[in-house]
Amino acid sequence: MKALLFLGCTVPVRNLNYELSARKVCETLGVELVDDAALACCGYPLKGTDQAHALTIAARALAQARGQGLPLVALCSACAGTLAEAEHYLAHHPDEAARVNQDLAPLGLEYEPGVRVSHLVRYLLEEVGLEAIKAKMTRDLGQFSFAPHYGCHYLKPAETIGGLDDPEAPTSLGRLIEATGAKVDNYPRLKDCCGGGVLGADEELAGAMAGAKLAELDARGVAALVLVCPFCNVMYEGQQKAIAKRLDTKFKVPVIYLTQLLGLGLGLDPDELGFKLNRAKPKELLAAFKA
Amino acid sequence: MRLNDCDPGFKHEVAAEPGGEGIRACFACAACSARCPVGAHRPDYDPRRIIRLTLLGRRDEVLASPLIWLCSSCYTCGEVCPQKVRFTEVITAIKNIAAREGHAPPSAKITAELLAKQGRLLEVTEFENEKRADLGLPLVEQRPGDFQAILGLKPAEGEAGEEPR
Repeated sequence: MKALLFLGCTVPVRNLNYELSARKVCETLGVELVDDAALACCGYPLKGTDQAHALTIAARALAQARGQGLPLVALCSACAGTLAEAEHYLAHHPDEAARVNQDLAPLGLEYEPGVRVSHLVRYLLEEVGLEAIKAKMTRDLGQFSFAPHYGCHYLKPAETIGGLDDPEAPTSLGRLIEATGAKVDNYPRLKDCCGGGVLGADEELAGAMAGAKLAELDARGVAALVLVCPFCNVMYEGQQKAIAKRLDTKFKVPVIYLTQLLGLGLGLDPDELGFKLNRAKPKELLAAFKA
Repeated sequence: MRLNDCDPGFKHEVAAEPGGEGIRACFACAACSARCPVGAHRPDYDPRRIIRLTLLGRRDEVLASPLIWLCSSCYTCGEVCPQKVRFTEVITAIKNIAAREGHAPPSAKITAELLAKQGRLLEVTEFENEKRADLGLPLVEQRPGDFQAILGLKPAEGEAGEEPR
């Protein structure tokens, strides 16, 4: 199994624990991730104000993946969603594909439909498979309960990236958490959006959105909130203290990436999985793995 | 509201943008508004209201409204819409028109400039790459050339990124 890794802008600068653990988990599961320094932005940051250029930038990445004959795998849900949407849109709008190709021609690139784009978690589920992942687990995390956060672009729009899970009743992250033997907390605010999309426009609003979930999880006392997207991480880990302060409350919700949890189940060392870089540390979890 | 203040062409203008065509199908059931996670915290943000104002042709009011920038792009509205309006795409179309008329928040311009300068949103310096090397991660590069060409933007003097190709 071989895939082209789309690191995006945020993960390789701000979320090295996610990148480290994703690479280690892939290695352990027999997935080869190919790096390409030419891949950078997916186009998402421009979409709200300049869709045409955002689409060209996404098509650039798709053209590069096509050139290498590999599926494109992203760690960020916004990157995965944007690239998958662009593939879907361009494959169904030949006129726009022609326009995009005019802009890509001077760069020596050409978009052609047919690039498979997946979030890494989806790729693992579809290529490696849940049973094979389970079979490789060497540690039992049965004493812990985790709260998955699906976020938005991992599941929606179902029209373009559907087929993996039901956006109204998602289970895919829960099944992977259970593969480690751990329990899944399907808390009431499971499907809430993190608010990261409005952080730039209205910090207070974004904080209120993330804060509602954090307050609920704090009261339920999970071992950690489990993420699959660096943007959700900005809200739940990066902004956690500021949000608690603004809401005049106190909460301490440990935050980890799903790949870190899978890595622990696969028997990897917490240091290899970048836990030292977690700021909202899962103390109870890490204490169990102290040598 | 006076009919003379309305622009009957506005809905067609929105529908002509990529993703905007769904607005024609709205029958105002408000499923979008009921499930909007932004609206849950900010009742003045109401997807159905934005659609109605657009269909009525309240062009200036919609394009100048700070509310249109509050969509979190979560796509919940699209999943529950019985008419396939795809409101996330519709509001993106509206924001694109607003941006062309100078209503975008200042961060939008900065985003394009950062991409033209760095080829990525977040800067990668030696500091970042040293940290990556310490952890055994491969180096990442800034290759802004393609982005400058696509965006038609040249970075300011002395900021041109080196192209390692």
